[in-house]
Order: sequence, then C-alpha cells, then structure tokens
Amino acid sequence: MTNETLPIRSDNDVVMVRQRVRARTVELGFSLVDQTKMVTAASELARNTLRYGGGGDLRVELVDSGIRRGLRLSFIDQGPGIADIDLALTDGFTSGNGLGLGLSGARRLVNEFELESKPGAGTRVTITRWK
Amino acid sequence: MATAETLITILQKQQREMLEEWFEELSNMGGRRDDLVSADEIKQHMQDFMGRLSAALSGGALDPNSNAWEPVRDQLAAMSRTRARQGFSPRETALIVFSLKRTVFNRLRTAVGKDPAELADAIWETSVLFDSLGLFTVEATLRSREEIIARQQQELLELSTPVVELWDGILALPMIGTLDSARTQIVMESLLQRIVETGSTIAILDITGVPTVDTLVAQHLLKTVAAARLMGAECIISGIRPQIAQTIVHLGVDLSDVITKGTLADAFRVALSKTRTQIGERR
Amino acid sequence: MERIPILRMGDSLLVTIQVDMHDRLAMTLQDDLTTAISRNRSKGVLIDISALEIVDSFIGRVLANIAAMSRVLDAETVVVGMQPAVAITLVELGLSLPGVRTALNVERGIAMLSALSTPVMPENLLDDE
Repeated sequence: MTNETLPIRSDNDVVMVRQRVRARTVELGFSLVDQTKMVTAASELARNTLRYGGGGDLRVELVDSGIRRGLRLSFIDQGPGIADIDLALTDGFTSGNGLGLGLSGARRLVNEFELESKPGAGTRVTITRWK
Repeated sequence: MATAETLITILQKQQREMLEEWFEELSNMGGRRDDLVSADEIKQHMQDFMGRLSAALSGGALDPNSNAWEPVRDQLAAMSRTRARQGFSPRETALIVFSLKRTVFNRLRTAVGKDPAELADAIWETSVLFDSLGLFTVEATLRSREEIIARQQQELLELSTPVVELWDGILALPMIGTLDSARTQIVMESLLQRIVETGSTIAILDITGVPTVDTLVAQHLLKTVAAARLMGAECIISGIRPQIAQTIVHLGVDLSDVITKGTLADAFRVALSKTRTQIGERR
Repeated sequence: MERIPILRMGDSLLVTIQVDMHDRLAMTLQDDLTTAISRNRSKGVLIDISALEIVDSFIGRVLANIAAMSRVLDAETVVVGMQPAVAITLVELGLSLPGVRTALNVERGIAMLSALSTPVMPENLLDDE
C-alpha cells in the first residue's frame, strides 16, 4: 500500500477519486459506514477543488501513528482561495443559503479536518479518518 | 556510528550468556509474572528481540523510529498488545526492555573500558536507545488498553440498544441511558439494519429511559428520525415526560415533523392504525 | 454521451441508477426526467438507488430537485432502496431530503405511487334519488 496522487481536473476525475478512496478504505479494513463517510467526504471536497479551485490534486496517504492506522486525504488547488473561512465552515445546507461548499458537511464525516486557504494563494483541505 | 558497531559485536559474540543474564535481571526486577506467561515464552521473545536488535543495528543508526528499526517496533507493539490483553501492567512489559540494559552495559565496559570518553558516549547512546524502546512499549500497552476498553464500550452499547419487532412492520427501540454521538451511531446502524431485515415502516423510539434531553440529544434523536425516513420508515417518539416536553419547547427544538406520544402504548396504537391504513392502500 | 435509461410503466416512470454518476450525468438525468414526465403526462416517478453506494450533497440535491420539479408537473416521486450506510452519511452531512418521498424497495415504491394517484371519487349523495 503506497501513497498516491490523483488529478482532479474533470467530472470523471471526481468519480475516480471516489473509487480510489473506496479501494483504500477497504484495504484498511474500515467498516462499511466509515468507508461511506470517507468516500462521501472525498467526493464533496474533490468537487470543491474542481468547481471553486479551478482543478487541483488529491494526495492520498496512509498514516500510522504507531498503534492505529488511518487514511489522510489532502485536496490541493491553486485557485482563488477562501476569503472568509469561518463563513465557509458554517452550515450551508440546513440554513438554505450558503456557499454550498460542502466543507462543513465533510468535516462532520471525518475524525480530523484542516483547512488552509488564503485569497490568491490556493486552498488545501486535509481530512483524516482512523480505523 | 561506533556505538552501533560495538553493540552488534557484543550481541553476536555473547548472545547465549547475555540471554541468561537478561532473564535473570528480569526476574530480579520483578517482571516475570509466572502466573501469566511461561519462562520459555519469555526466553523466546528475548531471543527474537536480540535477533531483530542486531539486524536493526546493522543499519548503522541508533534511531528507533527509523525504518531499519521497524521489525523491532513491530515485535514490541505485538508483545505489548498481547500482554495488555493478558493483564500485564505497562511497567511489567517495559521491564523486558529495561532489564536488558545491565548486561549490555557490563559488556560495553569490557569492550570499550580502556577509553573513558568513548565508554561514556557508548553508555549514554545505548541508554537513550533502550529508554526510547521502553517508552514505546509503555505507549503501546496504554494504547492497547484504550482499544480494549473502547471495544468493550461498543459491545455494551450494542447490548443495551435492542431493536424489538413489536408487530408486523412496527419496530420499537427502548433507549436507556444517555444518548451521545457514539450511542446514536449504534442506534442508527441497528435500526436501519432491522428496517431492511423486517421491512418495517414504523419505528417507535421510546425515550422513557433517557434521563436528560438537551440540544445535542435532541439533535441525535432528529438525526435518527431522518435516517429512518430515508429508508422509508416513519418514527414516533414516545416516553416524553412533562419535564422533557418543557425542555424541548424551551430549547426551540422543532419536532413538528415527528409524532410524539407520552407512552409507548399510545405510540403503538398510532403505529397500528397507520400500518392498517398502509395495508389498505396496498390493496 | 451516456444516459441513464428511463422506463415507462403505465403512467409512471422508472429509473434505476446503477452507475457511480458524475455530476454531468446527474444533471442530464434531471433534464431527461422532467422532459419525460411532461411528454408522457406521467403521474409518478420511481427512482431506484439501491445500487448507489455513495450519495453526496450534489446527488442528494439532484434527487430533491427531481422531486420538486415533478411535483410542479403534477407527478409524485418516490426514491427507493437507499442503503443504510448511505442514509446515515447523508443525515450526518446535514441533508435529510425533506421533500422527497422514500420507500424501502421498488415493490413498496410502486404501491405508494398507485395509492397516491388513486383518485378519490366524491360520493354524490343525491344520486340514489
């Protein structure tokens, strides 16, 4: 099991991302629900990278803290960046409005969530799920 | 590094004697636990460890976190996990590593004794190495214990959240105890699984046994209701005590989409009439 | 360009989604369905998602849109066969699809649609005279 980088440049790439992430979670022995959550989160973030980031890459890493293993996904783009991170992380769906960035939803599906973004400097979202 | 080479030489030349001294030191330090594991098994572990130690040292580095040391870490982790399950304390497991120090230091003195400065360096580096390995086993043991406890909690949760088929197409979940997010996950998974298995269209969530309902608990309940609905089943919440009714209103929780009843019996009556209507519709 | 087939069953339409849809395909389905409802004057739409292992926010909203658009065209939509893991994840995402009717499987879905479309004949109490 090695790390890999997947391109996110088209609609089909988003489907590829789902399939690859599914395969990795199966390899790691995640429960079905945890698999589904991770793949769904990846789908949301990959779509963001494509739609708002102008395309980018997904870095897939296996992480090992010595005792437990997990999957870490980093979605990186060189797009316009997010001006107001707090706003982007508020619940867009339930309140009906929102930038629909899917960030807050994806965050609830994973164990660790990191967001780095600055206007003009691109965006990097890293999510981790432990077995 | 000179120390690594020295250690390899020592380990290769005098392995048998060192193993005996190591075992004796472990016994003196009180790390044997004959009630839990046989002397032979310990000796086997020790032999295995020495082999892996030599292999790792031949890589030249004394950093136990580096790749060359993975086999050593693997063995220590596996041993810590097994011992955690068997009931060893973290200290007892770590003693296996620490008790090797004395025999190694004795031999370092013989091998390098002529040069005090070099001896001091060798002893320091070896000490740092062994301390690191010992701490690794402590962490591994603690982590294993946490995993065991987590698994037991999970099993308890599953046992305490039975899903009962009250009638054709009607499920009931008597929820007892606090409803936190871990519990909610189990409840949702069990409930949805039963919905698929039984084809039920109504699920009664009875919260008589839930002591407090705050915003979080209410959210968990609503999540469960929403998930069941996506599977074609409607939920009725029963067992709402007057205080809970007050809390819910105070908190502004929106239960307008959910049928709520004071008692399980009332909920069952509603459920029955609904399923009868459904059967009627199917004809 | 691939399309998801839409079958006609009486005055209902049946769609079985069996592939992992990319966004464009989902949008095409939305368009195709609304066109088909209109053309066939359908009263019901059954969407079988039992093969879908992932429903993310985009697909979720497409389903909700289809239900809403169908209603405007005087048709009812039922989504059937959602997998438990998918339901749990959708709810966690914050999407509960309130305007979408759901059923456990195709059989139930068809029963629901026929129940919904059975007209209630008003009794004319004066008829017997």
